[in-house]
Formats: sequence, structure tokens, C-alpha cells
Amino acid sequence: MSLEDNYLITVGLEVHTELRTKTKLFCGCANEFGAEPNTNTCPVCLGLPGSLPVVNRKAVEYAMRIGTALNCEIKHSVFHRKNYFYPDMPKDYQVTQYDEPTCINGYIELPITGKVVNIVRAHIEEDTGKSTHIGTSGRITGADYSLVDYNRSGIPLVEIVSAPDMVSGEEAREYVSELRSILVATGATDGKMEEGSLRVDANVSVRKVGTDELGTRCEIKNLNSLRSLVRAITYEARRQMEIVDGGGKVTQETRHWNEDLGRTSSLRSKEEAYDYRYFPEPDLSPLDPSVEEIEAIKANLGALPPKRRAALVELVGDSPSKSEIEQIQTVINFDLDDLIFAGIEKGVPAKLSLARCANEVAGLITGLDESYLVPSEKLLEVLVKESLGELTPTQSKAVLARVVADRAIDVAALIAELGFVASSSDEMDSLVGEIIAESPSEWERYLSGEDQLAGFFVGKAMKKSGGKANGKLVSKSLNDRRSQIQG
Amino acid sequence: MSDAQFVEMSAVDIAAGVRSGAFSAVEVVTAHLKQIESYDHEVKAFVTQMSDRALEAARAVDEKRARGEELGALAGVPVALKDNMAYRGVETTCSSKILRGWIPPYTATVVERLEAAGAIAIGKTNLDEFAMGSSTENSAFFPTRNPIDLNRVPGGSSGGSAASVAARFAPIAIGSDTGGSIRQPASLCGVVGVKPTYGLVSRYGLIAFASSLDQIGPFARSVEDSSLVLDVISGHDERDSTSLSGRSYDHQASDGGIEGLRVGVITEMMDGLSDSVNKALAQAIESLRSMGALVDEVSVPAAKFGLTAYYLIAPAEASSNLARFDGVRYGLRVEGKDMNETYELTRGQGFGPEVKRRIMLGTYALSAGYYDALYGKAQKVRTLIANDFDAAYSNYDVLISATSPTVAFEFNAKSDPLSMYMSDVCTIPSNLAGHPAMSVPFAGDEDGLPIGIQVLAPSFGESVMFKVASALEAAAKYRAVPQWASTEK
Amino acid sequence: MSNDDISIETTRHIAYLARLALDESEVREYAGQLSAILEHAEDIASLDLDGVAPMRHTLSVVNIMRDDEVRPSLDREEVLASAPDAQASMFLVPKIVGEE
Ligand SMILES: [Zn+2]
Repeated sequence: MSLEDNYLITVGLEVHTELRTKTKLFCGCANEFGAEPNTNTCPVCLGLPGSLPVVNRKAVEYAMRIGTALNCEIKHSVFHRKNYFYPDMPKDYQVTQYDEPTCINGYIELPITGKVVNIVRAHIEEDTGKSTHIGTSGRITGADYSLVDYNRSGIPLVEIVSAPDMVSGEEAREYVSELRSILVATGATDGKMEEGSLRVDANVSVRKVGTDELGTRCEIKNLNSLRSLVRAITYEARRQMEIVDGGGKVTQETRHWNEDLGRTSSLRSKEEAYDYRYFPEPDLSPLDPSVEEIEAIKANLGALPPKRRAALVELVGDSPSKSEIEQIQTVINFDLDDLIFAGIEKGVPAKLSLARCANEVAGLITGLDESYLVPSEKLLEVLVKESLGELTPTQSKAVLARVVADRAIDVAALIAELGFVASSSDEMDSLVGEIIAESPSEWERYLSGEDQLAGFFVGKAMKKSGGKANGKLVSKSLNDRRSQIQG
Repeated sequence: MSDAQFVEMSAVDIAAGVRSGAFSAVEVVTAHLKQIESYDHEVKAFVTQMSDRALEAARAVDEKRARGEELGALAGVPVALKDNMAYRGVETTCSSKILRGWIPPYTATVVERLEAAGAIAIGKTNLDEFAMGSSTENSAFFPTRNPIDLNRVPGGSSGGSAASVAARFAPIAIGSDTGGSIRQPASLCGVVGVKPTYGLVSRYGLIAFASSLDQIGPFARSVEDSSLVLDVISGHDERDSTSLSGRSYDHQASDGGIEGLRVGVITEMMDGLSDSVNKALAQAIESLRSMGALVDEVSVPAAKFGLTAYYLIAPAEASSNLARFDGVRYGLRVEGKDMNETYELTRGQGFGPEVKRRIMLGTYALSAGYYDALYGKAQKVRTLIANDFDAAYSNYDVLISATSPTVAFEFNAKSDPLSMYMSDVCTIPSNLAGHPAMSVPFAGDEDGLPIGIQVLAPSFGESVMFKVASALEAAAKYRAVPQWASTEK
Repeated sequence: MSNDDISIETTRHIAYLARLALDESEVREYAGQLSAILEHAEDIASLDLDGVAPMRHTLSVVNIMRDDEVRPSLDREEVLASAPDAQASMFLVPKIVGEE
């Protein structure tokens, strides 16, 4: 029995998402990624003496959209100051929300496992600047000095705090993945983990199987990808299990995930009682959205991933397989569900377009520029041809790849160029005739009801035609012949 | 027109003269710069003088007139600015070592509005470091002396601004008032000082002491001038979330009488006054009655807790507002072995004792385990005070009290922080409630030291407040004169 | 609120939270003065304020917001001119130890 079998893991996540506003939370500086250092700064976001904040209306609207999408109540809220010293925080306090956040008590349902994860709160706060640590190691511990850029200072964030409802790194990954697709669907954020616009801190604790009380938790920072998230949680849980199993006690602390070393390490060298001395920010007014505003946000939100997923599940049938659920999730993450519905109208079976979209198209558009527009009409044309048997699956996949790569391409001309002109039914029928003549015993067995032998004939047809035979037409020919014989 | 006449002239008259072409802005500014040159080495009202800029600005006003362009309400009027307001390109220090040398890249809204009206900034005035104090002795650079008696303090924290008006360095000045920092020095220097309703004047560019209490206001030698300046600086500013839209103050000639006005004298502020102040208050009551006002004593019971609430709330907010002075982006840095030590050394050496004391007190009041008993409770007391004022204003149009329990005191007279804090006992409640209040010079003690009467009004009650202040001004038989101009001394 | 004097140890902790380097005499002085001031604050400790709402602000306004429109930022050279130390157009600070 492994150590893992004796322990239960508890994970709660704090996800920070940058909002896609034009300007920062409290000033008119541009909210953009990758600008020259300290060019998007002003008295407010530099914390210059005498400057004052004014809240960005769009940021509040986005926060309310996010809250609504996460099934939260939208409340009267108050900004607070969280006081602590750090060079990338220009006022040496962060304006955030404390005991009266904008969004509380929501939940999301995980798509694959169906588990419900509760959202404790989602609140608005300002981002900090960025420190670069200069020194031999490039890491904070070995740095000689640091350089601070305040372009990111004051960018609006929403922090989404989950309940400690998850039990593994994999579940945490599923949560973040689903959360991300919901956030992107609201239009409030671009959800790019690689650019830091989605950042995750994980609270991890372990307890012995059979006990109820949660163990002491550690907070892991610097989780920049879903892969890091899973690895860090798994590592940290194992570390804590080893401590507890050895009779030790886990210290509550903040730990840093090192992706290269694959381990977490303690961040705070000084034992300081964290006393953030929160108090209501006197420079800002409370937020108090009206019922009408909240209703309007709800009404304008559009279909969110859970609803879109349910619609696809219905298309596929009553009890979709695990791989189909995963395909549905992918299709939603890549916004391809409209294509599937359009396919239905043109007679393309849902399962076929689901498989092609999730397994082919999603992969093909990964990594393309954000502004890339999926050539839905042309992709649909290909799927229609495949469903009619005019393209084999192999051919269809090849054509899809070319269409994605070149949106302007003419599908019919491409098929001709590739020589994927389907053999006619007559040609196919005579080919089947030849094969039957060559394989009488297999034909007998097929006639006597061994349906699986259809595969044998299709394989032969492929071989004889140099891959151009259409499996569907071969099957049809076999079936027609048997029906005729058996009357 | 002689220099002596220019420096005695009111802002209203200067602006009228410059607009009509009776004299030039350059003449006005030159006369005031000479007055500064003659006497500021004794008064020490200014941390930074802006002579060259002032002359240049005066020339610009005169040229504007020559081109036939319309001039503003304060055309050619010199104004002294408390050195806690940002002015682009001019060192702004808060009279603190930690900020010495800082050149702001932007200008405070109030200053922009003054300059847009044609006013001419002539210098940045001394204050108690970060506006924390009641004597200007807490300036990290030097104390300012009271022009009426150079052996005494001018009050504070806006002591430099009050002194500059009393010394005729400028007809008007701008200060900030968190617990009495405009009204108390106005009283001690014998000038008018106004703390407007919270939210009436933009705080953008005012280096914050306690954000929920700070308010910018004018000093002048007449109620009319102070009213004109408030008209210019008030009104909504989109850069300050606490500046109210749809609210501004309109200056009008305060000729309306006070006949039939109901005036309450605050009982809780009658204790602990010096004899001369007590006598002046009694005279003020008599004067108001003789002009037809209905004057009675009224109790504002919670006002007696004002001092306690203030000395928890203001330091708490200050401890957070002053965190940014950390040696990273501007101001002093005292390098340590790492960032944390750099913070500690910079702040330990950059701040003076009173600032450190208040940061300590405020940090304590907000810290875990004490928040509810200290900061939380003080905020509830604030509600009580506002409620008690509301009750009083249901029966009275304005309230009055002495501004300060004493006349100007000598240097180093109040070395114990608590006794210094008591100077603000009459002024603090208005800040806690957010109400307007002003000090108007009314009498002199036996030594000729000025005594101010405070007029308090409900939120946005500036008009009635100015009306009563004008009545007191008209009844006053006293006029503060600088020591060097006084024949008795 | 308690009658207990503020200890030297508490004073040191508060000074650390506020990042103020104090020498020993300052620590003793502030410990005494804070105690005296807080003793004075006893007058509100005895008040029964259970039903009273804290006044967070004298203004009763809500939803003061601005539109999401870009305004010019400051000139970077002017900003960096105030910096005690700068490098590569960034603010240079001593090494950051231990903290996050
Ligand atoms: Zn900015």
C-alpha cells in the first residue's frame, strides 16, 4: 500500500484573472501586455504622493459578468486597503475587497467528473508591478538587486476563490480548465496563462484517511500552466504526507513552485505574523449595483460553456462516453460548437463532426494567432462530403488540415488536386465482385451472418484500389448483395 | 500705488484693479516679493519661493489683458501654497526630509484652478511635517514664526500659509485641514481660515494625511476674499472619487443680515478655554445678538469624544497613506543590506518624531486584535458625532465656538504630545462629521494676540456660514498687525 | 482596549510592521507615549456602541466610476528622474530577501 492510499488531499484554488479593459483599474493608463518598461504609468499607478484612484466602470461590469457566469450573488461591495511593503506595490498597500466582495457564493460543475466545486467569492483588486531579480542565479534568493516595472501596476484583476472542494491535482486541473473556458466566454478576460493573465495559487493540505479535520495547508505560488498545477499539487501533497507520516507537523506557509526542479520551497525566511491591517479604502466609494444592472448583465451574458455543453451532450445521445465528454469539452474550449450544430442541419452526424472538431480541427488551430478566424463554411463542406462517403476519413483529415492552413483555399479544387475523387458506386460494386470471386469462403461466412468479415472485404478493396476505395460504399455493396441473395 | 498699499490690498480689489488696468499684475507681484524679501527671514513662512515663476506668470496675465482677453476672478492675485500640494516642476516636500528634492510630474487640481483664474503662485509654505501638528514646529526644516508676535508659533499645521497671509506676503493662501490645520493657525495669526464641506474641493494632488478627513481650504484677510477663493477652487473633479458632482460654492456678496438666524453655542466647547478666549466668545455672542440673531447654548454631547476618535482614525489612515514613502520611486533612500532594511532605515531616518509616533499609533490601531476596539470603535463614535450635529442643526442654522482654546503659544511650550493634541479639541468634530467650519478673527487679548471665533455649519451650509462670519467680521473691533508694523511694539 | 501598557516587544513589532528603524530610546519613548495616548482613549472604550454603524465615510455616495478611456501616461524620463536609483528604464531596488 502506497503512502498516497493512506491520505486524502484537499485543494482549494485562488485564481487571479486580468480583465480585458482598455485602461487600468484606477487610472487611464493603457492595459497592455509587453509595452516598454514604465511607459504605461501615471501618478496614480506609480502611487505618487497626492494621487487618487477612480474606479474603471468596465472593470466592475466585467467582474459582475464573471460573478454571474459563476452562479454568484452580486452584492454591495467595498474596497479595502491591504497593507504590506513590497517594491512592486507602489503605494505599499493593495486596493482589494475584503469582507464585502462584489461576488459571493457561486459554483461550477466540472464537465468530466460532474463534480460541483463551490466558489466562495470573486472580488476585484489591482495587480502589482513586476520585479526582475538580477543576479547570478536569476532567482529571487540569489539576486543582487531587482528592477521594477510598474506597467502592470493597477491592472484590474478578479480573484476567484474556490472552496477546498478538490481532492487531486487532476481535479484542480479540470477546475481551472473549465473556469478558464467560462471566463473567456464572458469576454472579461483572454485567459492566457502563458502571458500571466490567468494565475493560480493552490492551497494544499493532507489528512489521514478516516479523519475529518483538514490538515495544515500550504499555499503554492507561481503556477504558470496547467501542467505545473498538477505537478506542484502532487509534489506538495506527497511532501506533506511524508512529513505527517514521519510524525512531523506541516508548517503553514507560502511555498514557491520551481518548475525546473519539480519541487516546492518555502518562500518566507522571516517568521512574520501577517497582519495586513485591512481597512475600508477612504479614497473610493462603495459599489452598489441596482437589480436592473444585475439583470441586464445576466441577460447579455449569452450561452456559457455549461449550457453549450449540455446542448452537445443532447446531440450525442443519452449517455456519452468519457472520450465523447472530453471531445465536447475541447469543442467548447475552441468555440467549435456552432460548427457541429450547422453540420446537423446539413445531415452530418453529430458524432462525426464532434470527433473531427475535437481531434483534428482543435489541434490544428492551437497556437495560431488570436485573430485567426475559423473557416467554418469550408470545414463544413468537408464534413458533408465525408458523411456522404465522398471522402474517406483519412482523406477528410488531410483536407481539413489544408483548409485550416489556408482559409482561402477552394475545397473542390483541393480535393481534385489531391486526387481524392471518389470512386463511383458502380466501380466499387465491380471491385467488390472481383474480391468475392477471389475469396469465396470469406463470402460464405459473411453471408451466414459473420458481419465482422465486412472489414476483411473493405481492407482488400483498399489494397486493390491503392487506398482510394470508399469503405462506406464497399460495405453498402456487400450489404446490397447479401440482401439480394437472401431476398 | 505704493508697495505698502499693494500688500494691504484684498484679493477682490487686486483682481478688479488688474482686470481694469488700474495697475499691473507685475506691480502687485513685485510688491509682495519685496515684502517676502524684507520679512520672511524672520517669519520663515516659505519652504520654497517661486519668485521667477511668479513674475513670469504675472507678465503672462498682463499680456493676456493687453491682448484683450478675459481675465479670471483672481487675476494677478498672489497665492501662497501649503507645501503638501503637488506642483509640476517645483520641489514639494511636506516639510519632510523623506520627500526633500521631489519634483512632482503633475499639479494638484486646486492649484490648476487657481492658476486658471489668474492667481499667481508665489511660493510653497512651511507646515508641520506631513501636516501632523498644531504649531509648525514639527517641520523638518525650521519652525515658522507668528508674524503678530515672532516669539510665538503660528499654529499648524498650515502655519506657513496662515503666517504668509498675516505677514502680507500674499492676500490669500491655501492650506489643508484634517483636524483644524487651517482654522487653528488662522485663529492664532489673526486671519480668516475656511475648512469646506468634505467633498466640495478636490483633493487630487494634496499629499494625503488622513484621506477621510483632509480638505483643502483658503486663508485670507477678509471673509469676502476667502469666499471668492472657495468659489474658484470648489467643484467636481473627475480625478477625485470623493469630490461631489453637482456641488460647488458660489461666491456672493455677504450683505445679507443675520436677523432671525438661529445660532447655537456648543456647550462642550466652552470648557477649558483661556480667560481671554472665553471673554472673546462672550463678546461674539453679544455681537450676534445685537445684530438680531437668536443665540442659545446647545449640546453636541458626542463632540467630547472627538479628540479620541480623531487620534485613532487619523493616524490609522496616515499609517497607510505614508507607507509609500519607502525609498523606491522618489524621495530619500537610506540604503541597507537588503530591501527590508532599506525600508526601515529610509523611514526611520526620513520621518520626524511626530510622524513616526502617529504611524506607530495608527499601525497599532489597525493591527489584528485591536481593530474593533480602537479603529472600529472610533468609526462608530464618528457616527455619534454626526448624529448629534444633525440634532443640533434641526434647531440651529449655524453653531459657534472658539476656534482654539488659547491664543498663540510660545515655542517649545507643548512638548508633551497630548497637550499639543488638545489645541484641536474645538476643530476636530467638524472633520469627523465632514461639515464646513471657519475661523474668523474677532478679538485680541491684552497683548494684542489674535483670537478667532469658529462658525460651524451643516454639510454644504457654506453660504450661511459665510454670512455669520461676515457679521462677526463687521462687529470685530480688532485687526491683527504684523509685529514690525505694530506701533505698540 | 486594555489598561496594560504597550510592551517594548509589541512596540518593536509595530515598528517592524510599519518598517521604521527605531533605536532603543525611541522604542522606550514610543512605548510610553502610545500607552499614554491609548489610556486617554479609554473614554470611548466604555461607550456602548453595539447598535451604532461605523461611519466609513462622511459621504453617502456610491458607484463613483469613470469610463474606460485611455489617458496619456507620464513621460518616463520625468518619472525616472525622481528615482533614487534606476537601470534599464526600471526602478532599481536592493535585493529582496525572503518575502514573496
Ligand atoms: Zn496610471
